[in-house]
Amino acid sequence: MESAAAIPVSTLISHVQELVEDNFVEVLVLGELSNVSRPASGHYYFTLKDSLAQIRCAMFRSHARNLRFSPTTGMAVVCRGGLSVYPQRGDLQLVVRELEPEGIGSLQLAFEQLKQKLQSEGLFDQERKQPLPTYPTTVGVVTSATGAAIRDIINVLSRRAAGVNVLLRATSVQGDGAAAEIAQAIKEMNQDGSSDVLIVGRGGGSREDLWAFNEEIVARAVFASRIPVISAVGHETDFSIADFVADLRAPTPSAAAELVVKNRLDLERHLDQLILRLGDRMTAQLALLRSRLQGLEKRLRAPGDLIRILTLRFGQLEMRLKQAICGTLEHRRQHVNMLGRQLDGLSPAGVLARGYAIVRRRDSGAVIHASEEVEEGSAVTIHLARGELVATVTERVNEQE
Amino acid sequence: MATMKNFETALKKLEETVEQLESGDLPLEQALKVFSTGVKQAEICRESLKDAELKVQQLLRQDDGSFQRDTFDDI
Repeated sequence: MESAAAIPVSTLISHVQELVEDNFVEVLVLGELSNVSRPASGHYYFTLKDSLAQIRCAMFRSHARNLRFSPTTGMAVVCRGGLSVYPQRGDLQLVVRELEPEGIGSLQLAFEQLKQKLQSEGLFDQERKQPLPTYPTTVGVVTSATGAAIRDIINVLSRRAAGVNVLLRATSVQGDGAAAEIAQAIKEMNQDGSSDVLIVGRGGGSREDLWAFNEEIVARAVFASRIPVISAVGHETDFSIADFVADLRAPTPSAAAELVVKNRLDLERHLDQLILRLGDRMTAQLALLRSRLQGLEKRLRAPGDLIRILTLRFGQLEMRLKQAICGTLEHRRQHVNMLGRQLDGLSPAGVLARGYAIVRRRDSGAVIHASEEVEEGSAVTIHLARGELVATVTERVNEQE
Repeated sequence: MATMKNFETALKKLEETVEQLESGDLPLEQALKVFSTGVKQAEICRESLKDAELKVQQLLRQDDGSFQRDTFDDI
């Protein structure tokens, strides 16, 4: 090979680009939208495909502005635009200038048809749905062992420290045979029977990635499960057939785990409420009793009051008693003074003071009342008010009979 | 599962005692008795709800069709 004749890649691509762009200036293409994305730039990027082939497409902001609907994956559309080559990748792409919906896409059609069929068979009926267990202890999970779903579920459950165990039955969740595997796993979880609730699902992906959960075999397995099933397929907005059949649909695997422990959290709240009500009720009853007691006490008069009243009355009595006693004493005192004065008048001292005298025998000290009681010549003592006289009886004058 | 059975029984009893307390004018002594029953049930409930460490196992099917459990720790 002669390297002199070789051309650089860029020259080749540039030739191809010229060829393609000159010959396919305007084409009308029919296909199904897939992997639609719209970054912040406002351009749309998607894949247009049918059962045999696909082509990358771009619709730039200047044209996308004119769209009256949001192109979504699965939509069958007719695109008008020109072919181009994206040199950096050597990719062939269709630069779309106009986009029109065309009926609905074939996958979507299949989805709608199955949905219709299962609905008419009653697989979606609300009354066929099983309630979630209130106190699950084992949560069965049917998903990929390596996907985001099982990690998310384990994260949520361990963060909640909800005291539940996880039992994983690993399956593939996309590609050929995935639907059959999922259906088999659901069946086996039922045979095993130790799970209280099943989470069946996977993390987000393209519509094709999630397709297994739109297949009839999965729908029938979910419906047949005696263990309540929570579906958790992909993103918030995508609904799968499994979602319709499941006893409960969770928007994401994390949300499914939250739902499983929500009951438990509700239960804890319920328990808290009961305990509060219990306490309130008891407190209320005690408060009622206390106020009744206070009422009765008032009516009974508090012992304190009684004592106060008694003290008051006692005080008054005491005062009266004192007054009475003092009065008597005063009276007595006055009486005694008076008697004293009377006695003073009667006392020998008083009599002597008035000039009388007492005469006693000198020898015996006996008071002499009559002249016969002494002999002439005997000594007598004369008591005066002040002092005494000692005298000798010189003559007796006896009283005439 | 056994503790959950206990839990359910205790919860039911607790609900009944609360309703009993709330509905009627029980005499004090009886009310106190009902109240302490309630407190006991609440304790049982709390005990059963105690947090436990998450255990993750994997269900594997054997060739003979029986199931086997393995610990699962990919994370």
